[in-house]
Amino acid sequence: MSRVRVLVGTKKGAFILTSDGKRADWKVSGPHFSGWEIYHLKGSPADPDRIYASQTSGWFGQIMQRSNDGGATWEAVGNTFAYDGTPGTHKWYDGTPHPWEFKRVWHVEPSRTDPDTVFAGVEDAAMFKTTDGGKSWAELPGLRGHGSGADWQPGAGGMGLHTILIDPKDPKRMFIAISAAGVFGTNDGGTSWRPLNQGLRSEFIPDPTAEVGHCVHRIAMHPSRPNTLFMQKHWDVMRSDDGGAKWTEVSGDLPTDFGFPIDVHAHEPETIYVVPITSDSLHFPPEGKLRVYRSKSGGNTWEPLTKGLPQQDCYVNVLRDAMAVDSLDKCGVYFGTTGGQVYASADGGDHWNAIVRDLPAVYSVEVQTLP
Amino acid sequence: MIRVVLPAHLRTLAKVDGEVTLAVTGPVTQGSILDALETTYPTLLGTVRDHATKKRRAFIRFFACGEDFSLAPADAPLPEPIGRGTEPFLIVGAIAGG
Repeated sequence: MSRVRVLVGTKKGAFILTSDGKRADWKVSGPHFSGWEIYHLKGSPADPDRIYASQTSGWFGQIMQRSNDGGATWEAVGNTFAYDGTPGTHKWYDGTPHPWEFKRVWHVEPSRTDPDTVFAGVEDAAMFKTTDGGKSWAELPGLRGHGSGADWQPGAGGMGLHTILIDPKDPKRMFIAISAAGVFGTNDGGTSWRPLNQGLRSEFIPDPTAEVGHCVHRIAMHPSRPNTLFMQKHWDVMRSDDGGAKWTEVSGDLPTDFGFPIDVHAHEPETIYVVPITSDSLHFPPEGKLRVYRSKSGGNTWEPLTKGLPQQDCYVNVLRDAMAVDSLDKCGVYFGTTGGQVYASADGGDHWNAIVRDLPAVYSVEVQTLP
Repeated sequence: MIRVVLPAHLRTLAKVDGEVTLAVTGPVTQGSILDALETTYPTLLGTVRDHATKKRRAFIRFFACGEDFSLAPADAPLPEPIGRGTEPFLIVGAIAGG
């Protein structure tokens, strides 16, 4: 019988939740790395027991951890993230040049085929790669150096590269997203990059349709349709059907189109999920009701999913990396909140329950479907 | 042997309990102690000072014999009791944050 392992990164450590395929009873392990911020942890599709974790601290900096046994034991691996060459500057909040400074790893994305190859998205925004299981990391400098890097500017949460999508059919084809620069794509494994932000409109930047500068919160892709991308932007839910060349808005009848995560059903490429948040200045659900919205038409028409979710006095947020799906039938959907709950639905979002509550603020949720 | 007291999180990371003891060759300074610390416990690389610049991380402080040496040059000699091992060199995480 299949099993599910949920990897949860929080403000004060990592937690690993496991269940059988029924997804009714959950065992919680952790905290791992207690007291440290765990921005993200993710398992290798090629070897699910190989898990990488980003462990950070305002005091002690960045640590990278690797497990070879599904998270039972961990070893610290390389933590040197040196920008290639002379880093140069990007724009600071006030528009002045500011030196590129490594702060932390926001996101780890293991290769689909090689457990020793992992990409890391970092703040200040750049992409690094290891091919030796995390012992050493090298920047892919073509991203920062493609031409617009000097114009990138941090969002309120920092200038982080937070999303890395790898085309399952062509691993050299990748999409990444940066707050607040936008989406970029590569067809050659990360050597050369191009901005992919046409069609985005952000009223809060000097040129609302600029080539870069958009605060993209998250992008998602269904493995069977690598040309279709979905996006939760600072405001607006968007989709592209041509690999990011052109985006169109699909916010439709959402109560608010501000939010952070977006994800795609494992078996229905046009079924997508978002968690609407009141506004950029009010990071909690509208009316104190925690509602996941599901569109079965790839956007525009949305339905609220509320069964099992708090529908009064709920003022948590759901961060960009804190939603994931499993690949069981029916598809499981999972998300974590800044209030420390991880909610799961074993039926595509129709019914929800908290599989753990009272954790520290949840930063990230990843799900592994295991044999 | 030089005695070094680490913050709790770094003890966990280095998988040690209590003080660590280090053999330091040459003058006993912040720099030589941190060199020996990082050689003995490579998982601590980058956690006390920057990998490349060797600059002290902002929320780390160094104390020896009741004095704050955080702003002293890395190659400045430390008090003799540190070299004799009768007093520990303290690496302290600033009390800040939540």
